[in-house]
Amino acid sequence: MADEVKLYGFRGSPYGCRVEIALNLKGIEYEFIQEDLSDKSADLIKYNPVHKKIPVLMHNGKPISESLVVVEYIDDVWKGVPILPRDAHEKARARFWAKFIDDKCIPAVFKALGSHGQEQAVAEAQEQLQFLENELKGNKFFGGDNINLVDISATYLAYWLGGAEEAIGIKVLTKDKFPKLTEWCENFVNCQTVKDTLIPREILVAFYKKRFGKA
Amino acid sequence: MAKNSEIKLIGTAASPFVNRVQFVLHLKSIEYEFIDENLASKSELLLKSNPVYKKVPVLLHANKPPIPESLIIIEYLDEIYPDIHPILPSDPLVRADNRFWANFIDNKFFPLFEELRRTPEKEGKEAIKKQLIEGSKLLEEAFVKFSNGKAYFGGDDVGYLDVVLGCFLGWTKFVEKHNEFKIIDEVRTPKLLEWTKRIWSHEALKDAIPRNETLMDFYMMLQINRPPRKATSS
Repeated sequence: MADEVKLYGFRGSPYGCRVEIALNLKGIEYEFIQEDLSDKSADLIKYNPVHKKIPVLMHNGKPISESLVVVEYIDDVWKGVPILPRDAHEKARARFWAKFIDDKCIPAVFKALGSHGQEQAVAEAQEQLQFLENELKGNKFFGGDNINLVDISATYLAYWLGGAEEAIGIKVLTKDKFPKLTEWCENFVNCQTVKDTLIPREILVAFYKKRFGKA
Repeated sequence: MAKNSEIKLIGTAASPFVNRVQFVLHLKSIEYEFIDENLASKSELLLKSNPVYKKVPVLLHANKPPIPESLIIIEYLDEIYPDIHPILPSDPLVRADNRFWANFIDNKFFPLFEELRRTPEKEGKEAIKKQLIEGSKLLEEAFVKFSNGKAYFGGDDVGYLDVVLGCFLGWTKFVEKHNEFKIIDEVRTPKLLEWTKRIWSHEALKDAIPRNETLMDFYMMLQINRPPRKATSS
């Protein structure tokens, strides 16, 4: 019996994107169900009653929520291209950086953006980005030659951040401070498995212009 | 008794995140050296081992780079010692569900404890107490689902969520007493209440749950180093 895979998401959500990239890496066919976030469907609320958020993956009728939990689930269930390293210690390090991106890095970046580039906030965001800059270690991706959990976790930084920066007219992830990370962004968004999940840049920038009151 | 110094744990007795790693080490009968940290004056070793967060716990295993973050440490230990008392379930869906609830506990539930401490006004505190009670009801439902009539989240014996939630029981008791309310009680969360008694008396866990004096010392340290916010004038 073929697997039935559905993804409740929102075109333009970096979190939903993480899941799509993982599905693409494994070559899984899925149905994308666009949610109206201002009017969430009964299904979404049923399948994620605790948070009522996207993305929610449905696999043969069973829901899984929380983007990084979903990505690990996809790696657990489907063989093929590995998303996590196989070595236990390498795996722990990958999980650490993925979690860091969510727990510390992205919140700091949000603050810098929300403050429209206030000096202190930008400095703090850059302090967190520096950890990632160092972690790349001359590799094309955090996963080495291929993308892994950490790259996927950093999706927001690769594409959404640039859109927000352009909309507000500030720069947080600068080329001179973050040459490796800048190159990584370029390499990441050009991956076949990533390209097709991204919404057009003009739409992203327009969205952020409205969001940050710059429209 | 000779200590196997291949595994070292940098931690502090009052930290529930450290305690949950200790739970797993005890369950798996892994010998380890405990390196006691004074969080008010962090050691060079800690700062070097966890430069990103500067927090405990950190696991040091032989000559490998240090591993911080309690949940990540637990999964690591479960992978390198899979045969003795497996912590995570083997089914991918149940595993995902376990991880989901661990996220909820760490990101939504437990932060309320600290929020409660730092909120100065009565009104603010009442609102947080309400959230804690709502959270505990969700955890009661989760317990019913995972335990499926058995004694623990993990079934017949302690599993991932027993460890992930069980580590907070010392602080739960402390916060309940200090704020004169019940987070876990026999009316709203009867199954969870029964479960807490099993955790408090479990052979492998009970010694790692800090007692009141340890928590009080830590609490006083927090009150000084991270005092409650100033009350906003009405």
